[in-house]
Amino acid sequence: MWATTFLLAVREIRRHLLRSFLTILGIVIGVWAVVTMVTLGNGATAAVKEQISSLGANVLQVRPGQGFGRGGGGPQPPDFKIEDLDAIRTQIVGVTAVAPLVQSTGTAVFNAANWSTTINGTNREYFIAQPWTFTGGRSFNAAEEQAGKAVCIIGNTVINRLFRGTDAVGKRFRIKNISCEIIGTLAPKGQGGFGNDQDDIVLMPYKAVQRRMTGNRDVRTIMVSVDANFDSQQVQSALRDLLRERRHLNSDADDDFNIFDTKQISDTLSGTTQILTSLLGAVAAVSLLVGGIGIMNIMLVSVTERTREIGIRLAIGAVAREVLLQFLVEAVTLACLGGLLGLLLALISTVILAPVLQVPFIFDPKINLIAFVFSALIGVVFGYFPARRAASLNPIEALRHE
Amino acid sequence: MPSDIAIGDTLISLRGITKVFGEGATAFAALKGVDIDIQRGDFVAVMGPSGSGKSTTMNILGCLDVPTEGQFLFRGHHVENLERDQRALLRRRYLGFVFQGFNLLARTTALENVELPLVYRGEEKAARRAAAMAALDKVGLADWWDHTPAELSGGQQQRVAIARAIVTSPDVLLADEPTGNLDTERSIEIMELLTDLNRNAGITVLMVTHESEMAAFAHTIIHFRDGLVEKITENAKRPEVKA
Ligand SMILES: Nc1ncnc2c1ncn2[C@@H]1O[C@H](COP(=O)(O)OP(=O)(O)OP(=O)(O)O)[C@@H](O)[C@H]1O
Ligand SMILES: [Mg+2]
Repeated sequence: MWATTFLLAVREIRRHLLRSFLTILGIVIGVWAVVTMVTLGNGATAAVKEQISSLGANVLQVRPGQGFGRGGGGPQPPDFKIEDLDAIRTQIVGVTAVAPLVQSTGTAVFNAANWSTTINGTNREYFIAQPWTFTGGRSFNAAEEQAGKAVCIIGNTVINRLFRGTDAVGKRFRIKNISCEIIGTLAPKGQGGFGNDQDDIVLMPYKAVQRRMTGNRDVRTIMVSVDANFDSQQVQSALRDLLRERRHLNSDADDDFNIFDTKQISDTLSGTTQILTSLLGAVAAVSLLVGGIGIMNIMLVSVTERTREIGIRLAIGAVAREVLLQFLVEAVTLACLGGLLGLLLALISTVILAPVLQVPFIFDPKINLIAFVFSALIGVVFGYFPARRAASLNPIEALRHE
Repeated sequence: MPSDIAIGDTLISLRGITKVFGEGATAFAALKGVDIDIQRGDFVAVMGPSGSGKSTTMNILGCLDVPTEGQFLFRGHHVENLERDQRALLRRRYLGFVFQGFNLLARTTALENVELPLVYRGEEKAARRAAAMAALDKVGLADWWDHTPAELSGGQQQRVAIARAIVTSPDVLLADEPTGNLDTERSIEIMELLTDLNRNAGITVLMVTHESEMAAFAHTIIHFRDGLVEKITENAKRPEVKA
């Protein structure tokens, strides 16, 4: 009986192509919208995660001051000292690397080329906290770090500006009027999460920068890399307590430094895009529901329009269940066709839109399956009412219907 | 169902059949106690004035409707109290219908229309095709199998409808004013076809008609008046049907 019913339903759909298409239009658009939104949303989430991971996974950045934007009046809180780093290293558990960041800017010159760039004084542990890849050369060694030797590791932008593709390792160039030997070159990282060029950078031992550029022993930023096996929240509060103690803050005083947790930011941001994706998906799902009501509408009209046909079928000997099934199968077949068409359109439009919106195209089989099953379900739910109506018609009256 | 019992060759018998439409003050008795016996192989014409209950009787005979009271024996079995779906299965198995308005499925070829009862019987595609083509051949429309109703004349549409009614080799063919929408020439062709099916395929034919010219093809003529059988006559001078 199933085969028969399906055959009759397919015949009916084929016979009324335009009507069938109009019936499923709502579902097509609904599925299309849901799958497109969710796919692009997932792409956006992935893109955000990717950008944030370039900041370094699970890294705490500590700076003087009360966080972004605050500050204002009063004396500027003091920077950190290198002793603070030693204290962190020895007194806090769950820390894999502690790196200072002593920042300066200046012009780098090589032969006739010059380029204004950022100079970061740091130590070897910096490369644990930050995901950098060396394309050539090496990191600082202990002696260089200890002595504050003028050796440099340079980012891709600086390489391109000054050395134009030639191998820079071993060459000397001038930076802020210091002659510096290049010991390492870094692979490009691209744009950072805030639109800055992360590759426009020169790294030197922090002592070299302090002594020859900033002229003091201050450390503006401390990077603390947290062991993945430890709770970053706990490490963070231990770090806070230690720094408060070292900075002699009374128990009622506010922190005069801030700890910026990249993991937390990453979670928050990707959480936000995920919520946004769900929201867009939900809105699109409403349109899918409207599509279902569209099916019911046209199926109901079609029951009235086809009253005489139903009368003929009943007179010929169709039982109520067969008429019900015919209409139900018709509705479900239509809904599934609509779902498939919607999936196809969604695939095409996401492949086209993803590069335009600069998000990766990530095919999500789950949402495709859900959208398809949901559209079939809509066929069942919204097809049932008209089908039951058709099946309950009185054959004599149905035959008399004009 | 086992073959006929009790009443010999009587295929159908109605006893004291009444049909009341509506309830209470608006109740209307369309049939007021109808007794009819129909022999297997008979060709019966039902005549009578408009509103006398002919269609109501046909609907009950065709198991499309149930009587309010009375007994209805079909092949010796009581069928007056059957449920809706049981009646549907009975129609599917033993009855064929022809209507005044042809009632073919629109945008559907003659072949598919004729096939339809076999689809509900769950027959194989090949068997279905063959039987439908044979039925179309019987009504002289084998060459028109792929035409839709819109591409056929009234007479042709009615023959497709007859083919559809006989494709299952029913015991009884019920036709309510089958020639009501056709001109005389076309009507006579249809009557000749029905006579042929009655004589050569052994199908019992029950037909409602207003025209005595068409009733003349029948063997038994039942006259209705005011919801009752007025008289039953035998038609001695049935015309010979050309082969
Ligand atoms: N469903 C119904 N509800 C109420 N009254 C009905 C119904 N069907 C038929 N009737 C009434 O029953 C009576 C008999 O109707 P029926 O259709 O059997 O007449 P008929 O002999 O076939 O007439 P005609 O020659 O015009 O077709 C009529 O008065 C009609 O109005
Ligand atoms: Mg009538």
